[in-house]
Amino acid sequence: MNFSVLQFPASNCDQDAVHAVRHLGHSARLVWHKDAALGDADCVIVPGGFSYGDYLRCGAIARFSPVMQTVKQFADNGGLVLGICNGFQVLTESHLLPGALIRNRDLQFHCENIFLKTATNDSPFTSKIPAGKILRVPIAHGEGCYFADEETLAKLKANNQILWQYCDKDGNLTDSANPNGALLNIAGICNENRNVAGLMPHPERACEPLLGSDEGKWIFESIFAALKNKTVAAAA
Amino acid sequence: MLPNFSRENHPFRMKAKIIITPKKAVLDPQGKTVQTALEHMGYTGVTGVHIGKYIEIDLAPGTDKAAATKAINDAAHKLLSNPVIEDYRLEIE
Repeated sequence: MNFSVLQFPASNCDQDAVHAVRHLGHSARLVWHKDAALGDADCVIVPGGFSYGDYLRCGAIARFSPVMQTVKQFADNGGLVLGICNGFQVLTESHLLPGALIRNRDLQFHCENIFLKTATNDSPFTSKIPAGKILRVPIAHGEGCYFADEETLAKLKANNQILWQYCDKDGNLTDSANPNGALLNIAGICNENRNVAGLMPHPERACEPLLGSDEGKWIFESIFAALKNKTVAAAA
Repeated sequence: MLPNFSRENHPFRMKAKIIITPKKAVLDPQGKTVQTALEHMGYTGVTGVHIGKYIEIDLAPGTDKAAATKAINDAAHKLLSNPVIEDYRLEIE
């Protein structure tokens, strides 16, 4: 499968995402923010970092880059898009995902390992995560507190759009396991069509034991499986 | 002596001022922290602090005020503020 990883000025997890995809046996290439073409992409990753210096609001400027207009079309046509950390912020600013990410409730930048509970296996981003498996993956953000109004939250719940929630090591959704004050402990969500997802944690930094955890790979394995099914369905 | 038509002194100078504040329902940890600091300093009667942004846009002399208001409202909605978490107020003078 071919992954296109976007590269904005001050993206800094772009190479990590490329490395993770290649390490897991697929191909990935970088796409510069001024390019309006994604190339032969099965999936787009909007990586972490501080696009455009996080000026104005995180992700606010990246939204208007040429490449994001193409990503929007790609998503509208059903293409799989995953936003990680700053990428999640870019996707909410672009209205590809509902809600917003605001300053962590304790005003601190959090760089640590956290535990993630997968709220549903019903998505291209979670289908291969073993049932009941709590993922240990890192976070590194100052503005990762998920916010949405009550109506939006109700819709997220009703449509099963909450994909991952912060939990303790046993899978309990406690307040102390919530690193940033996100509503409902939300770490990641998908859109209504389930083809666009974003999360604050960094699965691409946890895809091999050498890095302390390889549990982020389950998210990528889910994407690979979804793309494979799609290819099989298209050929049939 | 020639009149000074620098940016600050231009006789037809127009400015748009946009004040952006967090929506009431949105957690504002900066505001809360400053409020606590004010209380610790002994300032009484503070019932809330809300921290937002202030943006000033210089407009070309002679800009039509109605058209500018419309354009800047559009920009404020799309870029300058995020309506999911922020409110804004626009003044043109």
